[in-house]
Amino acid sequence: MHFIREHLGLTGTHIGCDTTSCGACTIHWNGRPVKSCTVFAVQADGDELTTVEGLEQGGKLHAIQEGFWAEHGLQCGYCTPGMMMTAVALLAENPNPSELEIRQAISGNLCRCTGYTNIIRSIQHAATGLNQAREEITPEPAAVPADGGE
Amino acid sequence: MIPGAFQYHLAGSLPEALYLLEQHGEDAKILAGGQSLIPLMRFRLAQPEHIIDINRVAGLSDITEFDGWLRIGALARESALERSTVVRERYQLLSETANVVADPLVRNLATVGGNLAHADPANDHPATMLAYRAVIVVTGPNGEREIPIDGFFLDAFMPALEPGEILTEIRIPSVGPRSGGAYEKFERKVGDYAIAAAAAQITLNEDGTVAEAGVATTNVTFVPVRATAAEDALQGSEPTEEAIGHAADLAAEAAEPNGDLRGSADYKRAMTRTVTARALRRAVGRARG
Repeated sequence: MHFIREHLGLTGTHIGCDTTSCGACTIHWNGRPVKSCTVFAVQADGDELTTVEGLEQGGKLHAIQEGFWAEHGLQCGYCTPGMMMTAVALLAENPNPSELEIRQAISGNLCRCTGYTNIIRSIQHAATGLNQAREEITPEPAAVPADGGE
Repeated sequence: MIPGAFQYHLAGSLPEALYLLEQHGEDAKILAGGQSLIPLMRFRLAQPEHIIDINRVAGLSDITEFDGWLRIGALARESALERSTVVRERYQLLSETANVVADPLVRNLATVGGNLAHADPANDHPATMLAYRAVIVVTGPNGEREIPIDGFFLDAFMPALEPGEILTEIRIPSVGPRSGGAYEKFERKVGDYAIAAAAAQITLNEDGTVAEAGVATTNVTFVPVRATAAEDALQGSEPTEEAIGHAADLAAEAAEPNGDLRGSADYKRAMTRTVTARALRRAVGRARG
């Protein structure tokens, strides 16, 4: 976490608690969401780390960022990078999570402002966005009747 | 906070890890998930001079069942236990335990081997392994050694690991038919340590009486507690609601909790009774199918 913030200058990853509780420091390590405050930088030697700065691609916001904006998923914004990183990993594994599954997935990320309701809506918004985008890329083939259509 | 300075060593193999451990002895700690060790280092409650990272050692994280045992590599992540089909389908006590260790982010790195080797009385897997009558396999300079679970937890933070030994595998006797288990954890909030928690694993005879009972409790003293009186009371009996209640009473009597910010001793003892009863009820229900 300190390496990311101070040596790489990527301060989107936040320092929240010192006790491995709050998840404001959440990043992806080889695609898995982890608390960066509880990993030594050297452990990730040669591996891929993704921080919140990596969500936006080519000036285009990631669906999760769109979701948090559209559904007012933040107030002070301190937990938000961590929430988004956890959410992105969740949606990569489970594109249609139930509300319970979302709540369980973010249970390692604490928010003191919102009461979580809009965070959940933001993630649901992102899920819809990602699923729609997927359908646009890979449209359903036209149904072919079993008898050959004659 | 920032840990004290240390030397970092990356072990490429188990022999290399053992060699490094022997070289640096008491000044070294093994780094697996790091989800207990690193927080301690950040508070400087632990200040090892040498850290031996075993996360790249191959072959220590498999979860397989053969030859009468479920074998779990010490490096198996809690999240892997949650996802494992064999664990979810037939070892529900284990799967439920993995599911309540800390939170999903911690579980992506935390290992079951570390949970046991760290021997924090508040950790969840120790009671579960007692209930399963598991065997702990450790590897040292002289090869492998098996430690029955009842002899593994000597004191708080003191497992029966000799210097130079690394916990490498956990073996649980394969569950048979008419078996079921459950882990019931009562916590102030998700991700916390238990106010009280109980592990129950029950096997029934064909006539519905209890063939084998494993009952153990978490965080009620400096080591996990096998509720022997509860187990003995259940053995051979019909697991009625009354029998379950009685066993839960016995488990609570065996607990010696300290009052702290999670509750008074009396409250924790009362909650131990409640969680034991709930775990037993669910374990029996599963065993009955």
